[in-house]
Amino acid sequence: MAEMKPRVKVPATATKGEIIEIKTTINHDMESGQRKDKDGKVIPRKIINKFVCSLNGKEVFRSDWYTAVSANPYLSFFVKATESGNFDFAWSDDDGSVYKTSAPITVS
Amino acid sequence: MKRLIAGAAVAAALLFHGAAHADDANRAKYSAGDKRSGYLYSTPDTQTMQDDDFQNPGGAWVEEGGRLWSTADGGAGKSCQSCHGAAASTMKGIATGYPKFNPRLAKLIDIEQRINICRQRAMQAKPFPAESRELLALTAFIKNQSHGLPMNVAVDGPAASFFAEGKDAYERPRGQSGMSCASCHGDNEGHRQLDTVSQGQSNGFPTYRLSWETLGSVQRQFGICLKSMKAEALSPDTEEAVVLELYVAARGNGLPVETPSVRK
Repeated sequence: MAEMKPRVKVPATATKGEIIEIKTTINHDMESGQRKDKDGKVIPRKIINKFVCSLNGKEVFRSDWYTAVSANPYLSFFVKATESGNFDFAWSDDDGSVYKTSAPITVS
Repeated sequence: MKRLIAGAAVAAALLFHGAAHADDANRAKYSAGDKRSGYLYSTPDTQTMQDDDFQNPGGAWVEEGGRLWSTADGGAGKSCQSCHGAAASTMKGIATGYPKFNPRLAKLIDIEQRINICRQRAMQAKPFPAESRELLALTAFIKNQSHGLPMNVAVDGPAASFFAEGKDAYERPRGQSGMSCASCHGDNEGHRQLDTVSQGQSNGFPTYRLSWETLGSVQRQFGICLKSMKAEALSPDTEEAVVLELYVAARGNGLPVETPSVRK
């Protein structure tokens, strides 16, 4: 599933100092590391363990994830619109890969 | 004081009226005569999740399907778009008529089979396997172009005999517990299971089931039901599976297409 693109929703415009809601989802199986395969071997854990959102390279929101976060996690959060630019989103996987996407915003 | 209380009562009445109004609107939107879509049996949080285009996890499949629609594949170097153009206009309403009798093959086919026929014949590409991410994505994308339009599968003419077979498949007891589809989705709709048992229609498929954590086809749902009935599974795209698909689609005739719907 991880090949599907992450989706983000950021308002196109905002006034300076406004609190805006950002919504994100990513398709990911989130293998918990608790399951065994047919031969009784433990299926290695493969979950997204970190999510970071930054505005023009400056981190504005971060969250660490553990087991029990659902598959295809949906996350929404609020940030203060300080300046125009690009929001960058990065989901870090247990196997080291990082899924990225970005979205522009114009602050007036 | 009396006036204040009266004022509060009016406000409360208005509030209640507002809530009842939204419920009524939904009830009208998701019913047709005696038919009630599975949407009305869902809990409010599941309904909210389905209604919000972004929060609906099925949206990712629809987007992926849109990309596949315009991606060339196979020996002929064609994509769906090469022949069918812009899906928003050419695919509008198409999915409401499937499963459909195909005169060239002289058999009943569903959307998934239609996609794979196009892939093999026109695109000279490999068919997508049943329940694969790609096939679900394209199916959901195509059916999503008919979102809100009433289901309208043909049950007369060349489809009449398939419809009769489908009805029989739905009502015939099978498996160790001697149950039929109709034992739950017919006689016992409204009872609680994981989700409340619905009337057995397919206007919302492919559906994102929270218990699957993925999108799934109506045939996958047949598999789940048959297993809990202790009955033999139907192999994908066998004739019995497709006639049953026609029958459940016809049970939903008149109800709006909800793809991708969200259910527990």
